[in-house]
Amino acid sequence: MSEHEIFVYASYGLGALIMAVLLAWLWIDRNITVKELARLEEMGVRRRSQTQDD
Amino acid sequence: MSKKDIKKVGMLAALANPTRFMTLSGTLLPWLSLLAALFVAIGLYLGWQAPEDYQQGITVRIMYIHVPAAWFAMFSYTVMALSALGVLVWRHPLADVSIRAAAPIGAAFTLLCLVTGSLWGRPMWGTYWVWDARLTSVFVLLLMYLGIMALQRAMEDPARSARPVAILVLVGYINIPIIKFSVDFWNTLHQPASVIRLDGPTIHASMLWPLLVVAIGFTFLFLAMHMMAMRNEIRRRRAASLRKAGARGKSSAPTTAVLEG
Repeated sequence: MSEHEIFVYASYGLGALIMAVLLAWLWIDRNITVKELARLEEMGVRRRSQTQDD
Repeated sequence: MSKKDIKKVGMLAALANPTRFMTLSGTLLPWLSLLAALFVAIGLYLGWQAPEDYQQGITVRIMYIHVPAAWFAMFSYTVMALSALGVLVWRHPLADVSIRAAAPIGAAFTLLCLVTGSLWGRPMWGTYWVWDARLTSVFVLLLMYLGIMALQRAMEDPARSARPVAILVLVGYINIPIIKFSVDFWNTLHQPASVIRLDGPTIHASMLWPLLVVAIGFTFLFLAMHMMAMRNEIRRRRAASLRKAGARGKSSAPTTAVLEG
Protein backbone atom coordinates (compact mmCIF):
# COMPACT_ATOMS: atom_id res chain seq x y z
CA MET A 1 0.00 0.00 0.00
CA SER A 2 1.42 3.38 -1.00
CA GLU A 3 1.70 6.03 1.69
CA HIS A 4 -1.15 8.03 0.11
CA GLU A 5 -3.68 5.21 -0.22
CA ILE A 6 -4.82 5.64 3.38
CA PHE A 7 -6.10 9.14 2.55
CA VAL A 8 -8.11 7.80 -0.38
CA TYR A 9 -9.69 5.01 1.67
CA ALA A 10 -10.37 7.41 4.55
CA SER A 11 -12.14 9.77 2.09
CA TYR A 12 -14.34 7.02 0.69
CA GLY A 13 -15.02 5.62 4.18
CA LEU A 14 -15.98 8.98 5.68
CA GLY A 15 -17.98 9.84 2.54
CA ALA A 16 -19.96 6.60 2.88
CA LEU A 17 -20.45 7.28 6.60
CA ILE A 18 -21.79 10.83 6.05
CA MET A 19 -24.21 9.65 3.35
CA ALA A 20 -25.27 6.64 5.48
CA VAL A 21 -26.03 8.89 8.48
CA LEU A 22 -28.05 11.26 6.26
CA LEU A 23 -30.05 8.43 4.67
CA ALA A 24 -30.61 6.76 8.07
CA TRP A 25 -31.90 10.07 9.48
CA LEU A 26 -34.28 10.48 6.53
CA TRP A 27 -35.55 6.92 6.95
CA ILE A 28 -35.99 7.20 10.75
CA ASP A 29 -37.72 10.58 10.32
CA ARG A 30 -40.02 9.01 7.73
CA ASN A 31 -41.01 6.19 10.11
CA ILE A 32 -41.60 8.63 13.00
CA THR A 33 -43.85 10.93 10.94
CA VAL A 34 -45.80 8.06 9.34
CA LYS A 35 -46.44 6.51 12.78
CA GLU A 36 -47.43 9.86 14.32
CA LEU A 37 -49.95 10.58 11.54
CA ALA A 38 -51.37 7.07 11.83
CA ARG A 39 -51.66 7.46 15.64
CA LEU A 40 -53.54 10.76 15.30
CA GLU A 41 -55.89 9.35 12.68
CA GLU A 42 -56.53 6.35 14.93
CA MET A 43 -57.55 8.78 17.67
CA GLY A 44 -60.15 10.10 15.25
CA VAL A 45 -58.54 13.49 14.55
CA ARG A 46 -58.86 14.14 10.84
CA ARG A 47 -58.35 16.91 8.35
CA ARG A 48 -61.51 18.66 7.20
CA SER A 49 -61.07 17.34 3.66
CA GLN A 50 -61.03 13.78 5.01
CA THR A 51 -64.10 14.27 7.18
CA GLN A 52 -65.99 15.68 4.19
CA ASP A 53 -65.07 12.58 2.21
CA ASP A 54 -66.64 10.29 4.88
CA MET B 1 -57.16 18.03 -12.30
CA SER B 2 -56.47 16.66 -15.77
CA LYS B 3 -53.05 16.66 -17.47
CA LYS B 4 -54.28 19.45 -19.72
CA ASP B 5 -55.23 21.56 -16.71
CA ILE B 6 -51.85 20.94 -15.06
CA LYS B 7 -50.13 22.20 -18.22
CA LYS B 8 -52.28 25.32 -18.10
CA VAL B 9 -51.51 26.31 -14.51
CA GLY B 10 -47.90 25.22 -14.70
CA MET B 11 -46.10 22.41 -12.93
CA LEU B 12 -45.06 24.48 -9.89
CA ALA B 13 -48.57 25.76 -9.30
CA ALA B 14 -49.97 22.26 -9.73
CA LEU B 15 -47.55 21.00 -7.07
CA ALA B 16 -48.78 23.67 -4.66
CA ASN B 17 -51.23 21.05 -3.51
CA PRO B 18 -49.30 18.96 -0.94
CA THR B 19 -51.51 15.91 -1.51
CA ARG B 20 -50.71 15.99 -5.22
CA PHE B 21 -47.01 16.41 -4.40
CA MET B 22 -47.13 13.40 -2.05
CA THR B 23 -48.70 11.23 -4.77
CA LEU B 24 -46.25 12.30 -7.48
CA SER B 25 -43.16 12.08 -5.25
CA GLY B 26 -44.26 8.67 -3.95
CA THR B 27 -44.19 7.40 -7.55
CA LEU B 28 -40.89 9.07 -8.48
CA LEU B 29 -38.91 8.29 -5.31
CA PRO B 30 -38.06 4.60 -5.95
CA TRP B 31 -36.91 5.40 -9.51
CA LEU B 32 -34.77 8.35 -8.43
CA SER B 33 -33.17 6.23 -5.68
CA LEU B 34 -32.44 3.43 -8.14
CA LEU B 35 -30.91 5.81 -10.70
CA ALA B 36 -28.82 7.49 -7.96
CA ALA B 37 -27.37 4.16 -6.77
CA LEU B 38 -26.73 3.02 -10.34
CA PHE B 39 -24.98 6.17 -11.58
CA VAL B 40 -22.87 6.68 -8.43
CA ALA B 41 -21.76 3.01 -8.47
CA ILE B 42 -20.91 3.07 -12.21
CA GLY B 43 -19.17 6.45 -11.94
CA LEU B 44 -17.01 5.39 -8.99
CA TYR B 45 -16.19 2.09 -10.70
CA LEU B 46 -15.10 3.96 -13.86
CA GLY B 47 -13.14 6.37 -11.68
CA TRP B 48 -11.16 3.53 -10.15
CA GLN B 49 -10.52 2.11 -13.64
CA ALA B 50 -9.23 5.48 -14.89
CA PRO B 51 -5.48 6.05 -14.84
CA GLU B 52 -3.83 7.67 -11.83
CA ASP B 53 -2.71 11.27 -12.21
CA TYR B 54 0.94 11.75 -13.15
CA GLN B 55 1.42 14.22 -10.28
CA GLN B 56 -1.25 13.34 -7.71
CA GLY B 57 -0.97 9.58 -8.08
CA ILE B 58 -3.77 7.61 -6.42
CA THR B 59 -5.06 10.63 -4.47
CA VAL B 60 -6.77 11.83 -7.67
CA ARG B 61 -9.48 9.24 -6.86
CA ILE B 62 -10.64 11.51 -4.02
CA MET B 63 -11.73 13.93 -6.75
CA TYR B 64 -14.61 11.61 -7.77
CA ILE B 65 -16.30 12.33 -4.42
CA HIS B 66 -14.88 15.73 -3.54
CA VAL B 67 -15.82 17.61 -6.71
CA PRO B 68 -19.46 16.39 -7.00
CA ALA B 69 -19.87 17.02 -3.25
CA ALA B 70 -18.64 20.60 -3.76
CA TRP B 71 -21.00 21.12 -6.71
CA PHE B 72 -23.99 19.83 -4.75
CA ALA B 73 -23.05 21.80 -1.64
CA MET B 74 -23.59 24.89 -3.82
CA PHE B 75 -26.51 23.42 -5.79
CA SER B 76 -28.42 22.65 -2.58
CA TYR B 77 -28.04 26.28 -1.53
CA THR B 78 -29.20 27.43 -4.97
CA VAL B 79 -32.33 25.28 -4.58
CA MET B 80 -32.87 26.91 -1.18
CA ALA B 81 -32.45 30.40 -2.68
CA LEU B 82 -35.01 29.64 -5.41
CA SER B 83 -37.34 28.25 -2.75
CA ALA B 84 -36.79 31.43 -0.71
CA LEU B 85 -38.06 33.41 -3.70
CA GLY B 86 -41.00 31.00 -3.70
CA VAL B 87 -41.70 31.96 -0.08
CA LEU B 88 -41.30 35.73 -0.50
CA VAL B 89 -42.60 36.36 -4.03
CA TRP B 90 -44.98 33.59 -5.03
CA ARG B 91 -45.92 32.39 -1.50
CA HIS B 92 -45.80 28.82 -2.74
CA PRO B 93 -47.05 26.52 0.04
CA LEU B 94 -44.22 24.03 -0.47
CA ALA B 95 -41.38 26.57 -0.78
CA ASP B 96 -40.59 26.73 2.94
CA VAL B 97 -40.87 22.94 3.11
CA SER B 98 -38.27 22.78 0.33
CA ILE B 99 -35.85 25.08 2.22
CA ARG B 100 -36.23 23.05 5.41
CA ALA B 101 -35.68 19.79 3.50
CA ALA B 102 -32.63 20.99 1.54
CA ALA B 103 -30.68 22.53 4.44
CA PRO B 104 -29.46 19.31 6.15
CA ILE B 105 -28.72 17.72 2.76
CA GLY B 106 -26.67 20.74 1.69
CA ALA B 107 -24.87 20.72 5.05
CA ALA B 108 -23.99 17.04 4.56
CA PHE B 109 -22.62 17.67 1.03
CA THR B 110 -20.59 20.63 2.35
CA LEU B 111 -19.17 18.54 5.20
CA LEU B 112 -18.33 15.78 2.70
CA CYS B 113 -16.59 18.33 0.48
CA LEU B 114 -14.56 19.75 3.39
CA VAL B 115 -13.59 16.34 4.81
CA THR B 116 -12.50 14.85 1.47
CA GLY B 117 -10.73 18.07 0.48
CA SER B 118 -8.87 18.06 3.76
CA LEU B 119 -7.83 14.43 3.28
CA TRP B 120 -6.60 15.27 -0.22
CA GLY B 121 -4.76 18.36 1.04
CA ARG B 122 -2.61 16.51 3.59
CA PRO B 123 -0.64 14.41 1.06
CA MET B 124 -0.73 17.05 -1.74
CA TRP B 125 -0.25 20.34 0.12
CA GLY B 126 1.33 18.98 3.29
CA THR B 127 -1.53 20.27 5.45
CA TYR B 128 -5.13 19.36 6.22
CA TRP B 129 -6.28 22.96 6.28
CA VAL B 130 -5.33 26.48 5.24
CA TRP B 131 -7.46 29.59 5.62
CA ASP B 132 -7.37 30.45 1.92
CA ALA B 133 -10.34 32.05 0.15
CA ARG B 134 -11.82 28.83 -1.31
CA LEU B 135 -11.61 26.74 1.85
CA THR B 136 -12.80 29.58 4.07
CA SER B 137 -15.78 30.44 1.86
CA VAL B 138 -16.87 26.77 1.79
CA PHE B 139 -16.50 26.65 5.58
CA VAL B 140 -18.71 29.76 5.75
CA LEU B 141 -21.25 27.88 3.59
CA LEU B 142 -21.34 25.09 6.20
CA LEU B 143 -21.89 27.71 8.93
CA MET B 144 -24.69 29.25 6.82
CA TYR B 145 -26.44 25.89 6.57
CA LEU B 146 -26.12 25.32 10.32
CA GLY B 147 -27.34 28.87 11.05
CA ILE B 148 -30.39 28.45 8.80
CA MET B 149 -31.23 25.11 10.43
CA ALA B 150 -30.87 26.72 13.88
CA LEU B 151 -33.16 29.62 12.91
CA GLN B 152 -35.77 27.22 11.53
CA ARG B 153 -35.80 25.32 14.80
CA ALA B 154 -35.76 28.44 16.98
CA MET B 155 -39.42 29.13 16.16
CA GLU B 156 -41.93 26.42 16.88
CA ASP B 157 -44.37 27.57 14.23
CA PRO B 158 -42.94 27.10 10.70
CA ALA B 159 -45.37 29.71 9.36
CA ARG B 160 -43.63 32.34 11.53
CA SER B 161 -40.07 31.29 10.67
CA ALA B 162 -40.64 30.99 6.89
CA ARG B 163 -40.05 34.66 5.97
CA PRO B 164 -36.99 35.39 8.18
CA VAL B 165 -35.43 32.10 7.03
CA ALA B 166 -36.11 32.98 3.36
CA ILE B 167 -34.50 36.41 3.81
CA LEU B 168 -31.45 34.88 5.51
CA VAL B 169 -31.12 32.32 2.69
CA LEU B 170 -31.22 35.04 0.03
CA VAL B 171 -28.71 37.26 1.86
CA GLY B 172 -26.41 34.25 2.29
CA TYR B 173 -26.55 33.46 -1.43
CA ILE B 174 -23.83 36.08 -1.99
CA ASN B 175 -21.42 33.42 -0.72
CA ILE B 176 -22.06 31.12 -3.72
CA PRO B 177 -20.39 33.33 -6.40
CA ILE B 178 -17.68 34.09 -3.84
CA ILE B 179 -16.96 30.33 -3.55
CA LYS B 180 -17.01 29.87 -7.32
CA PHE B 181 -14.74 32.81 -8.15
CA SER B 182 -12.57 32.78 -5.00
CA VAL B 183 -9.82 30.93 -6.87
CA ASP B 184 -9.82 33.64 -9.57
CA PHE B 185 -10.18 36.72 -7.36
CA TRP B 186 -7.59 35.75 -4.75
CA ASN B 187 -4.27 33.97 -4.70
CA THR B 188 -5.30 30.64 -3.20
CA LEU B 189 -3.58 27.34 -2.49
CA HIS B 190 -6.67 25.66 -3.99
CA GLN B 191 -6.27 25.11 -7.74
CA PRO B 192 -8.50 27.03 -10.19
CA ALA B 193 -11.54 25.44 -11.85
CA SER B 194 -10.69 22.57 -14.20
CA VAL B 195 -14.17 21.42 -15.31
CA ILE B 196 -16.62 24.34 -15.41
CA ARG B 197 -14.59 26.87 -17.43
CA LEU B 198 -15.39 29.16 -20.35
CA ASP B 199 -12.61 27.59 -22.44
CA GLY B 200 -13.72 24.02 -21.65
CA PRO B 201 -12.45 21.42 -19.17
CA THR B 202 -8.70 21.02 -18.73
CA ILE B 203 -9.06 17.58 -17.18
CA HIS B 204 -8.33 14.50 -19.34
CA ALA B 205 -11.40 12.72 -20.77
CA SER B 206 -10.48 9.46 -19.03
CA MET B 207 -11.02 11.19 -15.67
CA LEU B 208 -13.70 13.66 -16.79
CA TRP B 209 -16.29 11.07 -17.86
CA PRO B 210 -16.32 9.11 -14.57
CA LEU B 211 -16.55 12.44 -12.73
CA LEU B 212 -19.58 13.49 -14.80
CA VAL B 213 -21.26 10.10 -14.28
CA VAL B 214 -20.84 10.46 -10.49
CA ALA B 215 -22.21 14.02 -10.77
CA ILE B 216 -25.32 12.69 -12.58
CA GLY B 217 -25.65 10.12 -9.78
CA PHE B 218 -25.38 12.89 -7.17
CA THR B 219 -28.13 14.80 -9.04
CA PHE B 220 -30.51 11.87 -8.65
CA LEU B 221 -29.30 11.36 -5.07
CA PHE B 222 -30.04 15.00 -4.21
CA LEU B 223 -33.47 14.86 -5.86
CA ALA B 224 -34.36 11.63 -4.05
CA MET B 225 -33.18 12.85 -0.64
CA HIS B 226 -34.78 16.27 -1.08
CA MET B 227 -38.07 14.69 -2.07
CA MET B 228 -37.91 12.26 0.87
CA ALA B 229 -37.14 15.08 3.32
CA MET B 230 -39.99 17.19 1.88
CA ARG B 231 -42.40 14.28 2.31
CA ASN B 232 -41.26 13.91 5.94
CA GLU B 233 -41.75 17.63 6.56
CA ILE B 234 -45.25 17.64 5.02
CA ARG B 235 -46.24 14.70 7.23
CA ARG B 236 -44.74 16.44 10.29
CA ARG B 237 -46.77 19.62 9.58
CA ARG B 238 -49.93 17.63 8.97
CA ALA B 239 -49.42 15.86 12.30
CA ALA B 240 -48.81 19.18 14.08
CA SER B 241 -51.96 20.60 12.49
CA LEU B 242 -53.96 17.56 13.60
CA ARG B 243 -52.53 17.78 17.14
CA LYS B 244 -53.64 21.43 17.32
CA ALA B 245 -57.11 20.49 16.14
CA GLY B 246 -57.19 17.64 18.67
CA ALA B 247 -56.14 19.99 21.49
CA ARG B 248 -58.95 22.39 20.53
CA GLY B 249 -61.34 19.49 20.88
CA LYS B 250 -62.50 19.57 17.29
CA SER B 251 -62.89 16.42 15.31
CA SER B 252 -61.12 17.89 12.32
CA ALA B 253 -58.35 20.29 11.36
CA PRO B 254 -58.84 22.72 8.49
CA THR B 255 -57.46 21.48 5.18
CA THR B 256 -55.62 24.75 4.72
CA ALA B 257 -53.68 24.19 7.93
CA VAL B 258 -51.77 21.17 6.67
CA LEU B 259 -48.66 23.22 6.02
CA GLU B 260 -49.06 25.83 8.69
CA GLY B 261 -47.81 23.71 11.55
